Amino acid sequence: MATITAQGKPAKVSGPPRPPARRRGRRTRRIQSNLTGYAFLLGAVVCFAVFSWYPMIRGIVMSFQRTRRGETTWVGWDNYERIVNDPSFWTAWKNTFYFTALALILGYAVPFLVAILLNEFRHAKGYLRILVYLPVMLPPASALFLFKYYAYDPSDAGLFNAILKFLHLPTSEWMQSTTMTMPAMVIASTWMNMGAAVLIYLAALQNIPGELYEAAEVDGAGIWRRIWNVTIPQTKLILSLMAMLQIVATMQLFIEPLILANGAGTQDSATSVAYLIYQHGFFQNDLNGAAALGVIMLVVLGGFSFVYVRLTSRQDET
Amino acid sequence: MTRTLISSAQMRRGRGKYMYWTLLTVVIVVFTLVFVGPLYWMVTGALKSGQEIAQTPPTLWPEDPRLTNYTDAWHQLDLAKLLFNTFYYAAGALVFQLVLDTAAAYALSKLRPAFGNVILALMLATLMIPAMVLIIPQYVTVIDLPILHVNLLDSPLALWLPAVANAFNIFLLKRFFDSIPEEIMSAAIMDGATPLRTLWSIILPMSRPILGVVSIFAVTAVWKDFLWPKLVMPSPETRTVSVGIYAFSGGTPMNVVVAAAVIAAIPTIVFFLIFQKSIMSGLTAGSLKG
Repeated sequence: MATITAQGKPAKVSGPPRPPARRRGRRTRRIQSNLTGYAFLLGAVVCFAVFSWYPMIRGIVMSFQRTRRGETTWVGWDNYERIVNDPSFWTAWKNTFYFTALALILGYAVPFLVAILLNEFRHAKGYLRILVYLPVMLPPASALFLFKYYAYDPSDAGLFNAILKFLHLPTSEWMQSTTMTMPAMVIASTWMNMGAAVLIYLAALQNIPGELYEAAEVDGAGIWRRIWNVTIPQTKLILSLMAMLQIVATMQLFIEPLILANGAGTQDSATSVAYLIYQHGFFQNDLNGAAALGVIMLVVLGGFSFVYVRLTSRQDET
Repeated sequence: MTRTLISSAQMRRGRGKYMYWTLLTVVIVVFTLVFVGPLYWMVTGALKSGQEIAQTPPTLWPEDPRLTNYTDAWHQLDLAKLLFNTFYYAAGALVFQLVLDTAAAYALSKLRPAFGNVILALMLATLMIPAMVLIIPQYVTVIDLPILHVNLLDSPLALWLPAVANAFNIFLLKRFFDSIPEEIMSAAIMDGATPLRTLWSIILPMSRPILGVVSIFAVTAVWKDFLWPKLVMPSPETRTVSVGIYAFSGGTPMNVVVAAAVIAAIPTIVFFLIFQKSIMSGLTAGSLKG
């Protein structure tokens, strides 16, 4: 308390004289407390307004405008037409959906299974958790250069090819082959990102009441039945939430094609929608077209979220 | 120890015990290879010469380990400068987020001005918007700020101010402040403490764990970010380390690029090993109960 009186601002502490006008005092005090509240909020609200709320609206507005030599005019759906007619447009969507689907198969199931496995161990828990999370801490650019130069080296000197050769399996050209580009990017992306999902699943698994497993075991359910009938239903909420988050994250695929495939990859095999936004905005000097593609992406992802909300709320009803 | 899929008793008995230890050993070995192996490959690979790295089959340990790739990376890419820039941006983002986001969360949780819930909802709504969708209009905003008409390109503010607009951090902080009993607040007000003093002397000292989590998120976010700093910090003098390595990767031998990537990763790895407890607990605290 001594510090409060020693450093406090006396002018503010004393405030307006209280005893006489009680009703008026209460109202001014409420206004004053509101104002103090807004003062504390001001900095963050300005940042949100300038860097989130305003750009959101601006993006939509921009997508219907064209700026040439400093002059901005309304052009209707021209930007959308131009972007849809870009030869890479459909390839980019196809690639992005393919990546998202592959990442769902690999990147979604693997962390859950790893979490189930880790949750059973009574030893080395901390060590295994640190291991799984370690790649998450790497700057993505660093990790991707490792993959690009050492792991996906198409000659036999590359790490993956050396392993495949050692196992007498056929080697691959990785990023130089159009068919392996996407799987290679999913492997790199899963390695980099799965740690966070594993830890989240582990926390969810620890909340499952042990009695449920006991009861299932008494009923004669084996390990797989217990996973199917106890673990999955008990973690359903977090599983579906993570699926949604992962879809939104993987649909924004950008840095993997940029570094691993120099952007477009062999014959456009790596071009993603996010990369196309970047390409239009910063190389083709077409910020308006890029904004239009951003709006298309927002609509698609919004559609996903909508379907997700509908599906999950219907599940809750039944 | 709570009961999991397989009971502890079963794991301690005969065959179960044997299975458990075999599986544990296999998992430890495989996980070490999968998650540390590539890092080992990266660090030792950058110690090899240009010829050795192209050799088949690759060598497990460099025949003639040399630091030249690392020293070349350090000098050619001016890594000292790049690392300093990144530290500086991370520190600034941390300060801005701690001050402004804490103040905002405190207002939303304890001062609760009128329409506070609306503001919170608008902030949380930004979590639903994918970052890539906003990248173009955000860039346009930064090169010509509304009303002020200032160009923030190459100014650290272009990284610091957008970092403040982080609804997740505000949400984490607000939820923690919500758990601080109201009586403590009213007692402080009875004693004549101003809201600022209450925040500083009472709320913040009680909130160290969550402030730690938010700080770690703030620092790692800057260190890992790529596209945004690439766009708003275009000059060679202002680049972050990831962007700098990318910019040099075209005309630089690959071993030197990887050596630079190793150096860029060291601070985050050290940071992680020091703070791993709070990082991992913070991750699950934020995601589960939300």
